[in-house]
Amino acid sequence: MSFAHDQIPLAADAATGPSRAEVRDFVTLLKPRVMSLVVFTALVGMVLAPADVHPVLAAISLLCIAIGAGASGALNMWWDADIDAKMTRTRGRPVPAGRMEPGEALAFGMVLSCGSVLTLYLAANWQAAALLAFTIFFYAVIYTMWLKRWTAQNIVIGGAAGAFPPIVGWAAMTGSVSVESIVLFLIIFFWTPPHFWALALVKPGDYERAGVPMLPVVAGGDETRRQILIYSVLLAPLGVVPYVMGFGGLVYGVVSVAAGALFLLLAMRVFRVRTGDAAVKAARDLFAYSILYLFVLFAALLGEAVFAVPGV
Amino acid sequence: MAEEPKKVVLTEEQQRRRRTRNIAMAVILGGLVVLFYILTLFKLGGNVANRPM
Repeated sequence: MSFAHDQIPLAADAATGPSRAEVRDFVTLLKPRVMSLVVFTALVGMVLAPADVHPVLAAISLLCIAIGAGASGALNMWWDADIDAKMTRTRGRPVPAGRMEPGEALAFGMVLSCGSVLTLYLAANWQAAALLAFTIFFYAVIYTMWLKRWTAQNIVIGGAAGAFPPIVGWAAMTGSVSVESIVLFLIIFFWTPPHFWALALVKPGDYERAGVPMLPVVAGGDETRRQILIYSVLLAPLGVVPYVMGFGGLVYGVVSVAAGALFLLLAMRVFRVRTGDAAVKAARDLFAYSILYLFVLFAALLGEAVFAVPGV
Repeated sequence: MAEEPKKVVLTEEQQRRRRTRNIAMAVILGGLVVLFYILTLFKLGGNVANRPM
């Protein structure tokens, strides 16, 4: 079956031709795995916030935060298509793989950015919307366009973008930023460097080929291991702060101490084992465990808040 | 007489991809309509009945 509009005037698409993108390519642009972490940490920020917001409005706010995170992922993939094409981990992404034009990714990211911020303003408040807009700007412009290709501290400073969701979630519920939400921000902020540097130790060639000045490429494996250990030493006690401050309960206290100790142990192993397959395994183990660590900490906070007995 | 513009004839695969994109767009637009309807209802809440007549 054929329709008249199946014949597109060439002039309209002279530069690019008809789009080859599939729906799943647009989903890939949203970085669903990163998005799931954003949704989870933002949800914890929302649940811990002392506010009485209707669950439906809270759910819409969470959706906006998720879409905002996805939008910044799309803008990242638009800008980074050239270096993504050089890395084994990222060369299958829609733009470098040639399934999508850069302009499509840019338009998709911009529309979702504006839409998510405006809808969050309508569903929650301007403070949360402003914080979400800043988060998108920080990730897409400060990190992606500036820091990533310029300094070995790229993921340290850029990590702030990934750490903002609990603050945005808290602000969506209360209209303000609190010390508690800043503590959650700091936990993710200090978690990011050992997480990404462990990955960079597993695949150092990728970043070198792409010309991204990741720490192992610029300063070498030994310095990276030292930095991983420093951040892990800072992170482990920081993870216990919610318990010390009282917004994490006993369960959280026990979990954060145990999980932090294991994090330190794995970071120590990365620091000590520096050659051969054992070194790669140590880095891979830390990378995998770091994901579990953050999940367990936030799940403990969430579990305590959801199953809390009133008055106890 | 003006020359007719050149045409691009989509392949079966391109047509299929465009169709799925269109369906996805329709679903998203429909979802947005429902989302803003629900958002309006819950933002207004009981205040509709409380407004001065």
